[in-house]
Parts: sequence; C-alpha cells; structure tokens
Amino acid sequence: MPPNPQLNANGELQHLLSIEGLPREILIRILDTAESFVGVTEREVKKVPLLRGKSVFNLFFESSTRTRTTFEIAAKRLSADVINLNIAASSQSKGESLLDTVANLSAMQADMFVVRHASSGAPFLIARHVKPHEHVINAGDGRHAHPTQGLLDLYTIRHYKKDFRELTVAVVGDVLHSRVARSLIHGLTTLGVPEVRAIGPQTLMPAGVEALGVRVYHDVREGLRDADVVVMLRLQNERMSGALLPSAQEFFMTYGLTAERLALAKPAAIVMHPGPMNRGVEIDSSVADGPHSVILPQVTFGIAVRMAVMSMVAGH
Amino acid sequence: MRTLIRNGRLVDPASGRDAPGDLLLAEGRIAALDGDAKGASADRVIDATGLVVAPGLIDLSARLREPGYEFKATLESEMDAAVAGGITSLACPPDTDPPLDEPGLVDMLRRRAKALARARVYPIGALTAKLEGERLTEMAQLAAAGCVAFSQANTPITNTQVLWRALQYAATFGYAVWLRAEDRWLAQGGVAHDGEVATRLGLAGIPVFAETVALATLLELVRSTGTRLHVCRLSSAAGVALMRAARREGLPISCDVGIHHVHLSDRDLGYFDAQCRLEPPLRSQRDREALAKALADGVIDCAVSDHTPVDDDHKQLPFGEAEPGATGLELLLPLALKWGAEQKLGLAQTLARVTSSPARILGVGAGRIAAQAPGDVIVFDPAADFRIVPEALRSQGKNSPFLGHELAGRVRATLVAGKVVFEQP
Repeated sequence: MPPNPQLNANGELQHLLSIEGLPREILIRILDTAESFVGVTEREVKKVPLLRGKSVFNLFFESSTRTRTTFEIAAKRLSADVINLNIAASSQSKGESLLDTVANLSAMQADMFVVRHASSGAPFLIARHVKPHEHVINAGDGRHAHPTQGLLDLYTIRHYKKDFRELTVAVVGDVLHSRVARSLIHGLTTLGVPEVRAIGPQTLMPAGVEALGVRVYHDVREGLRDADVVVMLRLQNERMSGALLPSAQEFFMTYGLTAERLALAKPAAIVMHPGPMNRGVEIDSSVADGPHSVILPQVTFGIAVRMAVMSMVAGH
Repeated sequence: MRTLIRNGRLVDPASGRDAPGDLLLAEGRIAALDGDAKGASADRVIDATGLVVAPGLIDLSARLREPGYEFKATLESEMDAAVAGGITSLACPPDTDPPLDEPGLVDMLRRRAKALARARVYPIGALTAKLEGERLTEMAQLAAAGCVAFSQANTPITNTQVLWRALQYAATFGYAVWLRAEDRWLAQGGVAHDGEVATRLGLAGIPVFAETVALATLLELVRSTGTRLHVCRLSSAAGVALMRAARREGLPISCDVGIHHVHLSDRDLGYFDAQCRLEPPLRSQRDREALAKALADGVIDCAVSDHTPVDDDHKQLPFGEAEPGATGLELLLPLALKWGAEQKLGLAQTLARVTSSPARILGVGAGRIAAQAPGDVIVFDPAADFRIVPEALRSQGKNSPFLGHELAGRVRATLVAGKVVFEQP
C-alpha cells in the first residue's frame, strides 16, 4: 500500500479525502476542534479569522445544495473568500478534463478545494496533482466516501452518547451506493464501537462488506434490537424501483423506520439521517420529527465540523 | 544472408533443451545448430556469451491501435516496441475503429505490417459485424484475407442465439474462435473485482460469476458445436476450475491469461491507481495465485501481454472513468521471467508459455529452436535489470502498473525470418 495521501510527512492532515486510514488521534482532534467551533457558531459575531485571505473553491462536479451551502458557511465563518463553481454546468460539458479544470483554478491562487464528484476516487486524483500549499477536502465522491458527513455523524453520536466503546450502531438502507455509510463505518470502527450493524436487503449490500467490520442483518427488527444509534440512509429515487427493489412502498414496509420498530432499540436511542429525507420511504414522519430524532442538530454540528476540518488542513 | 549466433545458452521450450550451443540462420530459417553450426561461414556473427538464445515471443493479444486510434499508438511505434520486447509474432484483436470485420481492412493491416518488416502480425477477425453481436461477419472471406481466428475482443455477444450460430458457423469451416468469458449483464457498470477492495473504494464491482456463468455457457456450446475455442484472459480461480474440468473432459479448448493478472491483484489498486484498471479486472489474491499456478501446470496454455496503449488523457481520470488497459509488449518477457522464477520453473518451461504454447494455438511453425523452424530468434540477458519509466518504453502507451519498478530481462537482439530487426548493447 502506498503511503496515505491525506497525511503529510509529519503525519498531519494535509487533505481530507477519506476517514479510512486516519488514526484515532486525528479523528478525536477533529471532533474536539469542532466542539470549540460550536461555541463560535452560537455567538452573535460568528466569525473567526483563521482563514482570512485564503481562497476556498467549492468544486461541485455533482450538484448539491445542502453540502455546498454548509461548506460555504463554514469557510465564511473562518473568514475565507469562497468561490462556488457548479462545474456540472460549465467546463466539463465543454470537454475540459478534471485535471485541466483544477490546474486552471490553481492558477487563480486557490488555497483549498472542496470537491464533490460522481466518480469514486476523484478527490484522490486531484490531491495527487495540486501544489504543496493547496488542500483538498472531499465533499463526497461516488460511492466511496463523504468524510465530513461521517465526521459530523461521529460528532453527533459523541454529543449524545459520550463513550463510543459501549455502543451498538445500526446503519439501515442502501449501503451499496452509500458513501455516507462507508465513511461512518470506518469512523465508528476506528473509534472502537464494538458493534456496527448494516441492515438492508441483499441487493443493497456490497460484496464482502463484513470485512469493513460490520455485521449484516437482513431482518430490520433483529438489526434494530438494543441499538443505541440508528442511522437511516437516503434511498435515491432512481433506485426505488427496478432490479434492486420493487417499490418505495415495499422498502418502507420491509425496512422503513417506524415508531413501532424504533421501540426495539434502546429507550434512549437516537435517530440520525444524512438528509435529504424521503419521508414515508426510509423513515416515518413521526420518527423523523419525534423525540429520538437528532437530524436537525446534525446539520448544525456539520458546520462546526467543516470549520474544524478546513482549519486543520490549513495548518491550524 | 547467413547469421551465426555463437556461444549462447540455447533454450528450446518445445523440446525442453537448455544447453550452450551455436545457431545458424539462413534464408529466413534456422539452418543448423550446435555442431552443424560450429565454424559455419556467416555474413554476420552475434556473440551471445552469457546470454540466452531462444525463440522469439509469440503474443496472442496486442493492440496496435490501427486503424482508428493512431493518437494512442501507431503501427510503427508498436511494432518497434514489439521487437524491442522480443516479440516476433503477435495476434491483434479486432477492436480497432472500424473493427476488423471486412477483408479490405485486414488486408491493409497486413500490408502495412509487412512493409514495416518487424514482427509478424496475425489479425484476428471480428466474429460479428462491428462487434455488435448481431450479424455474422464474412468469415471465409476474412480467413482468405489472413485472419487466423475470430473474436469479439472485449465486447462479448449477449444474445446466446447469435453466439450459438456464430460458433456453429465457425466450426463448419474449422475456424478457431477466441472469446473472453464475460456475461455483459453481470459485468454491466462494473469497473473492479466485486470484493472487499471494491466495496472499500466504492467502486462498482464485476463479480467472479460474470466470468463463470459466461464460461459455462461457452463450454456447453462447444460440447454441442465442437468449435475450437480459445478462452481469452481468464481472471478467476473459479474460471480455472471450470477450464480444468473441461480439459479433462477432452473438449477442443485452450486458454490464456494476461501477464499482469499473474502478478497483480485488486489490492494493487491502492488509492484508486487507474494504471490497475484492466479488462478483465484484477481479482483477489487467491484468484491471482490460482492463475499463476494454472499457467504453470498447463490448465492455462499461455500468457499474453494484452498490450493496450492508452494515452494520458484517458488514463489520468478517476478510476472508474479511466480507459482500461496497460502497455505490455516490452514487459511480457520480464514479467514472464518473474512469474517463472516465482513458480520455480526452469527457463525452457517458463518460455514455453510465451513461445511454443501460443505457437500451437496460432497454428504456426515458430516458437521453437530446431532445424528448418522459422528464423525468429531472440538473444536476451535474463539478469539485466531495467527500470520501467515512460522514456524507456518504445510503445506510445506509457500506461503500466509497473511504472517505477525494476524488472529483470533485457532483449539484446531480435531476429525475424533470420534478419536482425532490433539490437541494443
């Protein structure tokens, strides 16, 4: 295995490309740093000058409103200049290659690239070609990773549950296509969560997923039993009916999170979802809006986590 | 023109011979060896002291990229690369643009290759028009133009009715059919071996049964049609097991493996190394071991370079978008030697997999060191290292998973039909 491209020679975070391969200490440091930023986001003046004068380019080769917005807010609260590029609609359609696009933006004195791309591994390719002072943050690549989402999920779990080493975490739904699930699973296993469960039909489980350190359940009731944390994954519209699943209704019937199913989990269980939610497909409204749900706090923590990551890769 | 190669270690994989000796080439053939060659008068004498003298390599799959993809490679660059790699005969698959599906194209390719006077080129004709898997090509006319077999390259026929008829038609005339075993539906969208690594990297997988389902279908059709089938680029342990059983049964089949697949596995993808994006995909370590072993025990007949030059624009992309393939002409010999050493095989046995075995499948007289055999001979230093860097490769394809590696085995001279076509000190 080549050296981890995310870390510099001193073992510090140079880019954030994936949670996999990050040492426990770095994960903890990111969460601790995020905690200090939660205070900032609650102040009246929500800015700190850590990235003053730096340019952050949001490179979204795949459209996204929510993630891009939270990165933008995070960068602005660090006093950076933010440039949003919706590349799906510009140069790529003119045939410019990914690396040419990046080289051009680099010539405009970028300091940080926040990259979302439909192809797994695209941020790794970019990270291999940027200048030494430039940093790459993966904002979601194909099915591979969504590390800031994984980190904000970890932050949320730590906020409500404290000790990772006593938890049972159930991840429910389309694990096959989910970068959120992969990032969270790596984070949970790195932080010592003893039981991580992946729940879903065989058609939505990737081959050999057990090797990531999860137990696979096809029966949702069995999988939810005594869970401390339930993470529902988003089911993409185009996958709701076809060869993977017959219909959204049947998915809800067999795997959707209802109050009755949630009752099988621990009484103090929390329910998470990376958003955007499909109510009535993955999750019942009564659960999404119910007392166990921490879905909105996840969004708030997400900004602090992204501030932490940006400031850390920039060397703070 | 008479050429004498003196004092070399003469290795003939066909007979198993591995002993010092002299070799005389005249009139395009091997005229004499050992005592008969000693002291013979010659126009040219090559001193092979400390070097191996062996038949030129025969590569059953090398893409020369003509016609259609001259920006990736030209016949000149790739024929240079072939002889620099010690390859004296090569078969080229029909996936050019347009595909080799009509006699005129085949004829042109053969003429162009002949004019360059380097390695011998054997075109493989398309089995179906445009490789679309719908309409049979004019196989008899293509054969007359010089096609030695028929293939679908990397686009398997999905319609089993067409596949059956194509095999029947080819069998009627005794033509060999060379096919990869891949179920296109099961492989659809996949870019890597469906296993732990693909799951970790979030890459869409191609399951092993994409190979075995298609292979079982092919073998069943061979049982019925009696077609001479050569299975190209076996990739899995399960595929090897099916081939082993089918050979024991006595079916008229043979098979090959890409030389990269006996050395690399999906672990080598590392952090999305697009140089390891190959077709078929690199599979698990266990599959790699089974392939390497089957090549040694003969269930797999031969190793091929599966040479596929890809330009940077099509390789410097996210893994799943990168064009599959690796350059191979100049790596086949060193990688075969490395495999042979790992399997603890003698040099004659090792070289058999890239000389006499593929010669038998191709139905040509080359691939051996014997009186009256074609004068296709190489002289190489099995111990000389060279570093795989783009500048060191003559091929226009600089794409290799082995970039930066040191490999042993350097060709010093290549002779085709008795003529020196490549030489380096």
